[in-house]
Amino acid sequence: MKGVGPTTPAASQPPLLEKEGRSSRGAVRAEVLLWLAQRASAAVLGIAVLIHLATMSYAVRGGISAAEILARTRGSLGWLLFYGVFVLAVAVHVPIGLRTIAQEWAGWRGAGLDVIVVAIAFALLALGWRAVWAVCA
Amino acid sequence: MSASLLQVRVWRGGATGAFRSYEVPRRESQTVLDVVTYIQRRLEPGLAYRFACRVGMCGSCAMTVNGVARWTCRTHVAKAVVHDTLEIAPLANLPVIRDLVTDMREFFDKWARAKGRFVPTATRRDDFAVVCPDRPERRAADAAIECIGCGVCYASCDVVRWNPAYLGPAALNRAWTLVNDVRDGDHRTRLAAVAGDAGCHACHTQMGCTERCPKEIAPTASIAGLKRATARAAVKGEL
Repeated sequence: MKGVGPTTPAASQPPLLEKEGRSSRGAVRAEVLLWLAQRASAAVLGIAVLIHLATMSYAVRGGISAAEILARTRGSLGWLLFYGVFVLAVAVHVPIGLRTIAQEWAGWRGAGLDVIVVAIAFALLALGWRAVWAVCA
Repeated sequence: MSASLLQVRVWRGGATGAFRSYEVPRRESQTVLDVVTYIQRRLEPGLAYRFACRVGMCGSCAMTVNGVARWTCRTHVAKAVVHDTLEIAPLANLPVIRDLVTDMREFFDKWARAKGRFVPTATRRDDFAVVCPDRPERRAADAAIECIGCGVCYASCDVVRWNPAYLGPAALNRAWTLVNDVRDGDHRTRLAAVAGDAGCHACHTQMGCTERCPKEIAPTASIAGLKRATARAAVKGEL
């Protein structure tokens, strides 16, 4: 029964964020605001996904075609705003979550990661809003 | 009952080592600490382990018993035994010094890193502070104040395991009691110290700490409180 110890030896690593000094304080505040943004966008998504699914279930009864969908959505300011907000919430929520996963699972941190997740955010926003515009405008 | 024997596997060695098996007579109302003490006194004089009060006050005898972090002095064998077998190992997530003894320095250093020290605002010439027991802050502090620093929560936390910089439930719980201490004068520094991915925001609300805490404290609730407090401070620009 020889083997590695029953414990994971705790780290002698330094803390990831030194909390002294103005610039690191700004970094701490940014982390907390990102966390808050993810929580807020999750709250929006929770409601938006429910409305989206309920609407689909209702609209699809008895079959539905692309033409029928477009007939309802074209020129609808309501659906434009709803899905516009939906996409915005996705573009906020997903990159922050991916960033956290990259940090926790891959140990990847730093500016390179931030650049990539910002790029993902803008890509989601551009593709999503483009699709919303195509359907609702 | 006294005639039967317990099969006890005890970790021997440091970070690398092996479990060694011992047979210990089963007694009525026997605690796991009784078992360890029997092994050290009768079978294995070189066995290293920690204990002091034996009554659940000091928090020094915590070990991993059949995979679960527990106070050995307050755990009856009957509660933890599986098929007449006990496996006793040092606390997880801490470096092993020898046998059942862990190095707690990192655990307590994190209390310091979380600014777990009271910062007074009054002097000896001031009158006693009056803190109404019904105030929400006092009630929040009360719910978390009984921690004796045994390390059971820290050993039961998966986030500590995969993010070694994470301050852990005990240090954050301590910080939460001080955030709610109206006499304390350094809330801002403390909130900055406990925010971010080494602090309260790393918690995944898995509640291992709350499940295992022998004092029935809920560090998860304290950490949630810190998340709210740091979010408020960040929005106001006070971090």
